[in-house]
Amino acid sequence: MKRITEIWIWMIAVIVAAIPATANDSTKISPLRSAAVADITLPSGFSAASLIESGAKNRHIVINANGDVYVKLASLKNGKGILVLRDKSGKGKLELVNSFGDYGGTGLFIKNGYLYASSNTEVFRYKFNAKNEIDPKQVPEKLVTGLVASRQHETKSIALDNDGNIYVNIGAPSNSCQVKDREKGSLGQDPCSLLEKAAGIWQFKADKLNQSYAEGVHYATGTRNIVGLDWNVQSNELFAMQHGRDGLFQMFPEMYDEMQGAEIPAEEMLRVKKGSNFGWPYCYYDPFQSKKILAPEYGGDSKKQGRCEGVDTPAVAFPAHWAPNALLFYTGDAFPEKYKNGAFIAFHGSWNRAPQKQKGYKVVFVPFKDGSPSGDYEIFADGFMGAEEISSPGDAKYRPCGLAQAPDGSLYISDDVKGAIWKITYHGNK
Amino acid sequence: MRKFLLAPLAFGLTGLLSSHTLPQLQQGGIKASMDRGKTTFDTYCLPCHQADGKGVPGMNPPLVKTKWVLGDKKTLISILLKGLDQEIEIRGETYNNVMPALPSLTDQEIADVLTFVRNSFGNKASAVTVAEVKKQRPK
Repeated sequence: MKRITEIWIWMIAVIVAAIPATANDSTKISPLRSAAVADITLPSGFSAASLIESGAKNRHIVINANGDVYVKLASLKNGKGILVLRDKSGKGKLELVNSFGDYGGTGLFIKNGYLYASSNTEVFRYKFNAKNEIDPKQVPEKLVTGLVASRQHETKSIALDNDGNIYVNIGAPSNSCQVKDREKGSLGQDPCSLLEKAAGIWQFKADKLNQSYAEGVHYATGTRNIVGLDWNVQSNELFAMQHGRDGLFQMFPEMYDEMQGAEIPAEEMLRVKKGSNFGWPYCYYDPFQSKKILAPEYGGDSKKQGRCEGVDTPAVAFPAHWAPNALLFYTGDAFPEKYKNGAFIAFHGSWNRAPQKQKGYKVVFVPFKDGSPSGDYEIFADGFMGAEEISSPGDAKYRPCGLAQAPDGSLYISDDVKGAIWKITYHGNK
Repeated sequence: MRKFLLAPLAFGLTGLLSSHTLPQLQQGGIKASMDRGKTTFDTYCLPCHQADGKGVPGMNPPLVKTKWVLGDKKTLISILLKGLDQEIEIRGETYNNVMPALPSLTDQEIADVLTFVRNSFGNKASAVTVAEVKKQRPK
């Protein structure tokens, strides 16, 4: 009942807000369409429009200056891994206008007239033509090749800075670098050999062909898995979202209870500097003790820090196991002032909280000032689960996975359950 | 359901038949085996395969109506004893996470948990016996 009331209040708010905005509002989101996606809840003044449900496994999305939406797919749809969607009719619905790339993956980025895209082992770039489109027959330039990819944390997310460099996440094909991955009683490898070619971020040149480890810079280490990363133009630094380790309760029930297993370790927003070391697999971040703790596979007891003293800590800590899959610094002007240069984070939602209820299927916002977080995170978009509670991730209606900023300053959110994409616009007073 | 109704009957016959003409039955009967199996499931399996056995898309495979669970018992027992480190596909979805070996579980625990999994979440299949597990355990 509360929910229905909220929807009514929300619809009225949208109608009222839309009246003065209609004259110069090119998006023309009607109250009716907003009601159709009322299951996505947003702060007052914002509304969501559902643009498509393609059935594809949407990962990261980017939007070109002409409004075309590029979607990287985890697995191929009709033999293609990148979809180009366009609002051809102007009615706020995306249609497929182009597709290319014979590889699945996650990473996409647009910079200086190129579309950058990653498979799970390589990074490519495509040049936009005079019509600001990608010729589907174009053979892309292969920038990076031969990256480690096993079947776990295999996706390569990418971001570019303003100095011609591309940053590539290489996830660890492991939970905690045990001799036998995820096997109870198996100790941690020390040193962890996976750190040589994975569990870190590598920097490559954005315009040089066929680079691999030898040509790249091992920019940061000790990151278990990162899916969301973005360049902060204010601080001129890379920020990345780390997925914390699993299984503290299941593998060490003598040290952690079921609730601690669900709430530890934090998911972390990392400020990544050249040479940063965030401690995986030896350390994890405990959000209750607010410090890096020695992992139990390496002699930890849930309290002692040991070799984790001095290891780089997160800029922001988030609840455990929420699975942050996208990070976007919002640089547009269409939202109220507090959102400018702040961070949106899309959380894919947990599975390793079981047997506790699953959480985190939402988009949150972290305000930034002068390139640093300036306040607590707040829930921005919610309701993707489609239910008040779910106990299994397969029951989630949607799972947020990608974020993009459109030329008009609206925010797009992608989902990989139904292939949904939403457009979030602001209609309130700024 | 029929299997469970037959179980007490079959159990009653064990005194009349020698053990090699009838598979060694679960200690305390099917119901007790299922109950013990659920306890083992909750501790070792649920974190990845989830309370409803549906798994996690792209990562941990479902245990619901798949040939892995309902098919050849030898393969299923071996997965628990040795783990499974390969991509598998079920109904068009691929699953990638490694399944750790669980060699520390006793033959009884493995028989119970597999009996539970093969008869839960809408599954219905024959029980797994201690003798069947013993046969697969590496010597």
